[in-house]
Amino acid sequence: MSLFSVFDIAGSAMAAQSQRLNVVASNLSNADSATSSTGQPYRARQVVFSTTQVTPQGASGVRVAGVIDDPSPMKQVYEPKHPLANDQGYVTMPNVNVVEEMVNMISASRSYQNSVDMMNTAKTLLMKTLTIGQ
Amino acid sequence: MTSKLDDALRFHQTALNLRAHRQQLLAGNIANADTPNFKARDIDFSSALQGALSAHSGNFGLMVTSARHLGSSAESLAGPRVLYRTPHQPSLDGNTVDMDVERTQFADNAIHYEANLTFISGQIKTMLAAIQG
Repeated sequence: MSLFSVFDIAGSAMAAQSQRLNVVASNLSNADSATSSTGQPYRARQVVFSTTQVTPQGASGVRVAGVIDDPSPMKQVYEPKHPLANDQGYVTMPNVNVVEEMVNMISASRSYQNSVDMMNTAKTLLMKTLTIGQ
Repeated sequence: MTSKLDDALRFHQTALNLRAHRQQLLAGNIANADTPNFKARDIDFSSALQGALSAHSGNFGLMVTSARHLGSSAESLAGPRVLYRTPHQPSLDGNTVDMDVERTQFADNAIHYEANLTFISGQIKTMLAAIQG
């Protein structure tokens, strides 16, 4: 029954979007973490989505192919009194772009809502299918 | 007798199956709205329905008189042919999902599915009335 796989598809999308939301939360809360357990400043992370096959007929869901470290350069802030400042007085701060992260957050939450909507529609259709002939 | 009942319900059954299949494809499109390089897909419903119906009636298109001939409508056997959507505003990451189009098609398909269910229920009621008198 192909309508059941709509649940799998929407579920995979919800899982992927919530992981994206998790990463955004991590990035936003660490936007000012100049150091970490490794001694290095926090690096922004990004999720990479990829398509996965759900049914043999070609319907496709989403999965998170991986979480990568953002390759953009770290921010250099001039703050000579900071304990982590280097010889020139610059502190290396995380490369988190707060604006981008906020946009990412809104996009993820909208996509999540879309998936919930899809699931509800599929559920309504299935419930009606069960009442055929009654 | 049973085959006559089957024949009476076949059209709506085939249509419902195709609608469910299309719903699943559209769900995949919406789910992949943020996946780079994903290409939105859909089926041409009317030709898919015709293909599926001709497959049911045992008519597989061209007459095959040699083992090396190809059949004309392979799609009726292997399910509906899935096509790629032509994007109006393609995005830079290679994704061709247009959320407005997908959402409207999703809602449209859901309504058609429900309409089909109504038709099939009506048909069953008619037949029950004929049986019970």
